[in-house]
Amino acid sequence: MTRSLVSPDFLVKIDHQHCRRCKRCVLNCGFGALSFLDRVVPDNNKCVACQRCVAFCPEGAITVERHPLTFKSNGHWSSDSIKAIYKQAETGGMMLTGMGNDRDYISYFDHMVLDACQVTNPSIDPLREPMELRTYLGSKPNALQFKEQDGDVVLDTRLSPQVILETPIIFGAMSYGAISLPAHKALARAASIAGSLMNTGEGGLHKELYPYSDRIIVQVASGRFGVNQEYLERGAAVEIKIGQGAKPGIGGHLPGEKVDQEVSLTRMIPVGSDALSPAPHHDIYSIEDLSQLIYALKEATRYTKPVGVKIAAVHNVAAIASGIARAGADFVYIDGFRGGTGAAPTIIRDNVGIPIEMAIAAVDDRLRQEGIRNQVSLVVAGGFRNSGDVAKAIALGADVVAIGTAALLAMGCHLCQKCYTGNCSWGIATQRPELTARLEPEEAAERLANLLRGWSLELKEILGALGVNAIESLRGSRERLRGVGLNQVELDVLGIKAVGR
Amino acid sequence: MKGTGPRIPSGCSITGIFNRKAKRFSGADVIKSIRLMHDRSNGLGGGFAGYGIYPQYRDHYAFHMLYGSEASQHETERFLEKNFIVDRSEPIPTRPHPNITDAPILWRYFLRLKPYAVEQFSASQDRRLLGEAGNGYVEKNFVVRQIMDINQKIDGAFVASSGKNMGVFKGVGYPEDIGEFYRIDEYEGYMWTSHGRFPTNTPGWWGGAHPFTILDWSVVHNGEISSYGINKRYLEMFGYHCTLQTDTEVIAYLFDLLHRRQGLSLENTCLALAAPFWKEIDRYPETKREAVTAIRQVYGSAMLNGPFSLVVGFTGCMIGITDRIKLRPLVCGQKDEVVYLSSEESAIREICPAPDRVWTIRAGEPIIVTLEEGVQP
Repeated sequence: MTRSLVSPDFLVKIDHQHCRRCKRCVLNCGFGALSFLDRVVPDNNKCVACQRCVAFCPEGAITVERHPLTFKSNGHWSSDSIKAIYKQAETGGMMLTGMGNDRDYISYFDHMVLDACQVTNPSIDPLREPMELRTYLGSKPNALQFKEQDGDVVLDTRLSPQVILETPIIFGAMSYGAISLPAHKALARAASIAGSLMNTGEGGLHKELYPYSDRIIVQVASGRFGVNQEYLERGAAVEIKIGQGAKPGIGGHLPGEKVDQEVSLTRMIPVGSDALSPAPHHDIYSIEDLSQLIYALKEATRYTKPVGVKIAAVHNVAAIASGIARAGADFVYIDGFRGGTGAAPTIIRDNVGIPIEMAIAAVDDRLRQEGIRNQVSLVVAGGFRNSGDVAKAIALGADVVAIGTAALLAMGCHLCQKCYTGNCSWGIATQRPELTARLEPEEAAERLANLLRGWSLELKEILGALGVNAIESLRGSRERLRGVGLNQVELDVLGIKAVGR
Repeated sequence: MKGTGPRIPSGCSITGIFNRKAKRFSGADVIKSIRLMHDRSNGLGGGFAGYGIYPQYRDHYAFHMLYGSEASQHETERFLEKNFIVDRSEPIPTRPHPNITDAPILWRYFLRLKPYAVEQFSASQDRRLLGEAGNGYVEKNFVVRQIMDINQKIDGAFVASSGKNMGVFKGVGYPEDIGEFYRIDEYEGYMWTSHGRFPTNTPGWWGGAHPFTILDWSVVHNGEISSYGINKRYLEMFGYHCTLQTDTEVIAYLFDLLHRRQGLSLENTCLALAAPFWKEIDRYPETKREAVTAIRQVYGSAMLNGPFSLVVGFTGCMIGITDRIKLRPLVCGQKDEVVYLSSEESAIREICPAPDRVWTIRAGEPIIVTLEEGVQP
């Protein structure tokens, strides 16, 4: 076989003067990029820049840099596109990747700014006044009826099931299998601490997460892995997964290497077998089929839990969301094109789907035009980086924001995008026992809870500056947003004015 | 005259007087009360709502109109004649006033419904959005639609008020001058509310002065609704169009939607608009907790957030309420069967020097004043 033409992406530099040859870096690298002969020797071809060795070198003797080898500069052919062709020419396969779309598309979040109060309406100080983030996930009626009973006026309308959230931020769907059990436990525990929710993804629910069941969304995806009566009963809410922002229209593939004993038990598949999620649900080929599954799940859970549907943000997302609302869903979960994945074909991740900002605006508008906005909660996801993004999404019309990538980062992920290899040095996106042992669930849960707390505090500051003291007064209040550097069509779709207007 | 700019935030003075025996009294008192709070407004808007002022036309919809031009008047009159029986059409009486200039054409109409027009409208209604039909329910929805159409579609025409046996008199100027201009001392009503305006960024316009109304509802408001953006979008879902570039408009429509159309009691309507905090709700006994939690879950988009104190008028009823952390003042006074609401205690004592009781309203807790039992408005 001829030598590979693919040149390394990164250059690992060992400062041998300071290295005391403890070999910790060698042990820590999940990708086998470091070995020890008479001293530490890097294999640049294997390095993914996950920075595990850098973080754990006691002497600070390692640096990882972008490899200086560059192709002749070309405005059209980037080095990534050239290397992809070499790789495909060598293997004949599809390019795979992990995490969200990393291309340089416009971020509409970065082209919107929030309002604040000055004089005519006072801002409110969240350190001194109550500031409410509580949000309820579930379908609401358009109106309430009351009746007289023993001289009291009491509620006569029976509401659909509602899940209480102490912050409008929840964790996005990430399956056990794609991520490790310690990571799953950390998410569940953090959700419990913060009054938020975690989402099982499509890999079933491990028994060790049962204590947190009131803070878990259980997912029913096309592979139906781990779905049984007990699973449904263990969730605070049930979610049907149709699609995912990173790979709309594409199924899933958990390689057999990641299916160990525990994953096997949880997914209810044999050890070492590939877990293949079909692209569509094989019992859903139309909206009326979806409606049947929604009601089957409601029947199975005796109408005690909200049942939602997750879709990827695609061109026609508004009409699809409206169909889902009318099909009986209690919430619609929309995942934008920046949403992450454990594994997806790069070509799909980078070229399919639309930005979540536009999807929120289009869906919220459509549901209002049809007078059915109250019927569903709108959960949105797809690359939320900070509480500013969250506030803007809520102002556009979202009820709840789900974070995946940000949660992984909080646990130590360094966004190397190699989740699909199962070699995650940080013990997150792997099932190798020596690697998963690195993630301490208690500590990771604390970091996750800290993140939710920090963002929630920031949301309260934003609300206070806006002069309101409850999140529902920001929700859908596009008057508090302005666009900067956007054209009129974009402003119209977002339903906001330009700055200065 | 039709404003096309952004909505105009404002600070203000408000006052309301209500006789629980429905004894009618002259508008002179309310002018005197609001005059005392001259410094709370800046001469860019004042107005009054009187209830019980048209006993001879008590069953007619009294439309008070502001017209920017004769053309808009003609177009509106054609529109009104098509949809209503116009029993009387006349200019609203005014007297020349040195401080009041640039008045639009001010006209009033006493209207009855054309059964055929209502039937036609009724057939076109989206039942799902409108909920249960009650007494006179469709008729009122019909009138609301006509108001929305005039405000939205006829250039330069605005409906200042549209209720039965009530009317609104408003314009650009200090409220006491507006009152004299409209000769409201010559009317008698059992309830008067008033407003002096301090708009903060553009010269006021006549349509933008308070009170804001829909049907019998009138609202005078001190403050700014910071949640206006979502309140407006929520109302649009139910067919209301906010055309007057002011946050106060949404308050009148929300009362109409929640109380009249959806049948919430006034107490529950106030709970939706100025909801208690969750930490209070969590402490309520179970039945109440369940009810108020549901109100917040379902009517979150209707909650008014930001600084406000309000006096809301309705046939036979006056409501005073502030935002949930009370960022604007509201004082209540009572002397025999008369109840007073005002931004300042002094404005109450100005017309009622020895009230039986004066107290400050608590944050978010409404005062709902109704007629004494058996008294008809």
